[in-house]
Amino acid sequence: MSHSQSDTLLSVRELTVRFGGVLALDGVSFDVRRGEVFTLIGPNGAGKTTVFNLISRIYPPTGGEILWLGEPLTRMPPHAIAAQGIARTFQNIELFEHATVLQNLLIGHHTHRAAGFWADLLFTPAARRSALAARRKAEEMIELLDLQAHRDALVAGLPYGVRKVVELARALCSGPRLLLLDEPSSGLNVEETEDMAWWIRDIRSELGITVLMVEHDMSLVSRVSDRVLAMNQGQVLAQGTPAEVQAHAGVIEAYLGTVDDVASLRRAA
Amino acid sequence: MRFLFKTDYRQDLRLARQPGQRLWYALLLACLLVAPGWAGSYWIAQLGFVLVYAIAGLGLMVLSGYTGLLSIGHAAFLGVGAYAQAWLTSRGVPFVPALLLSAALSALAGVVVGLPALRVKGIYLAIATLAFGFIVEEVLARWESVTGGNAGLAVGAPQVAGYTLDSPAAFYYLSLAVCVLATLGVLNLLRGATGRAFIAIRDSEISAQSMGIHLARYKTLSFALSAALVGLAGALYAHKLRYISPEQFGIGQSVDLLLLVVVGGLGSVHGAFLGAAFLIVMPQLIVLAKDWLPPAVAQASGLQALVYGLVLMAFVLFEPMGLYGRWCKVRTYLELFPFYRQGMFRRQKAFQRSERLK
Repeated sequence: MSHSQSDTLLSVRELTVRFGGVLALDGVSFDVRRGEVFTLIGPNGAGKTTVFNLISRIYPPTGGEILWLGEPLTRMPPHAIAAQGIARTFQNIELFEHATVLQNLLIGHHTHRAAGFWADLLFTPAARRSALAARRKAEEMIELLDLQAHRDALVAGLPYGVRKVVELARALCSGPRLLLLDEPSSGLNVEETEDMAWWIRDIRSELGITVLMVEHDMSLVSRVSDRVLAMNQGQVLAQGTPAEVQAHAGVIEAYLGTVDDVASLRRAA
Repeated sequence: MRFLFKTDYRQDLRLARQPGQRLWYALLLACLLVAPGWAGSYWIAQLGFVLVYAIAGLGLMVLSGYTGLLSIGHAAFLGVGAYAQAWLTSRGVPFVPALLLSAALSALAGVVVGLPALRVKGIYLAIATLAFGFIVEEVLARWESVTGGNAGLAVGAPQVAGYTLDSPAAFYYLSLAVCVLATLGVLNLLRGATGRAFIAIRDSEISAQSMGIHLARYKTLSFALSAALVGLAGALYAHKLRYISPEQFGIGQSVDLLLLVVVGGLGSVHGAFLGAAFLIVMPQLIVLAKDWLPPAVAQASGLQALVYGLVLMAFVLFEPMGLYGRWCKVRTYLELFPFYRQGMFRRQKAFQRSERLK
């Protein structure tokens, strides 16, 4: 590899997870470099979201390790991950439904709060400053992602496409160095997907945030990603630029089946 | 319709965000301050009860309404606060330190109950708190050397700075002061990071955790704060009644508190006050209604429990947002007139959610 070690932000080493008899991940290794958009692709059940959940420490790996700037992430408690500068979105949207968009974004700022319980109880100047700092960050993200019209709306009443953007904004409010996006374009229409592609580029180039993404929409993947990793049934199939991975025989086979399969289908028809 | 122009982030940090609010709350406070001047002492006593229950309601609201943790044993904290206050003041501890100590002791009990809350959820947590309620009631009945057992305990009038507050009006002012301070504290928490962390836990634990919120710490904190507020209410309750016994802090009281927050409106500070008013006014209405009902119904012993049960069911079915939710709808209707639409407050069905914690 031409890049030096200090360029690696996140390093996944021989990661293995077993749920009972199911081997969800089987020795997966990859490196995410500073400032790139790295995408995981693969058919359903390939283990992409499992990788995300392991990084968020929702469950522990059976084997292998995840290194964040050289430090093992697997020794940290789940709530400490955000403070490390890793933020995420969820495949099926996990927003705070009965709060407004603004409140959701302010919660994103939680790791940077400068006031504790007693300061909040008395609403001391420190608590006020902390609240204002959170608000400024939230407004920056509202500006960036065009959410002005929805600022005071309850999330429970918002359309799906807007919720997706709110979730992205909330993740950005934590000021992450690495952003995990779990299927950013799922459920979005063509224009919304278009916006999402622009925003992912902006997040990388303007905010300087490294992006690790799971995505199915291959046109979006090839437009925004620097490198792609294809997975199938818990194993790595191929890694490289979007074009290289799309041309890889194993990847085509995983998505479409082998040439023989296609031929036999033709005969059956 | 009116539009509110915002030019400063600090505007959203104010306690009164709407222009007229400051005036209305000042008027309300003024009315409450002069109330003993014109209302009879019976009504002042009742209003005092509303304030005490509102403090307890705030406590349960923090836990159930804002953190989403259900408790059917909150009367236990009322009991801990009441007995602690009775015991401390009988040992000569001055009123204010005794009040703070009672709240602290209750908070400690809250932490103890909060620990299982880290492991169990929803209905199972409700069962655990129910069991805790029974345990405390039993302890209060059996620990006779401290609590006086089933015979109960007499409590003196509170003595603050050399004055004995034994008139209903004096006690009313004391409750009002404590209630205003408790409300300000809760409102402060809710506009800060702590309150937002509670709301985050209520709505999605998994994403609260990925935002860096320490679930165990904040759930325990919520339990402790809730128990401290209810303990504070309990301490006032002991002075109010002048006599406490274990059966006042049983399951019936816990259900009353739950009724208070549900009828008032889960997830709103106003709801704690509306619910408290409901809880105190309702028995009076039932007594009035007895004159009109046929004697067979009016004399039945379970009439009040029946009415409470029906009201709770009706609210859960038809107005899950409680009295405060109803008020919001009426206000919106008037503000938007004639543009109010039928489904404006209807909740959308939630989308499929991703994997939950446990």
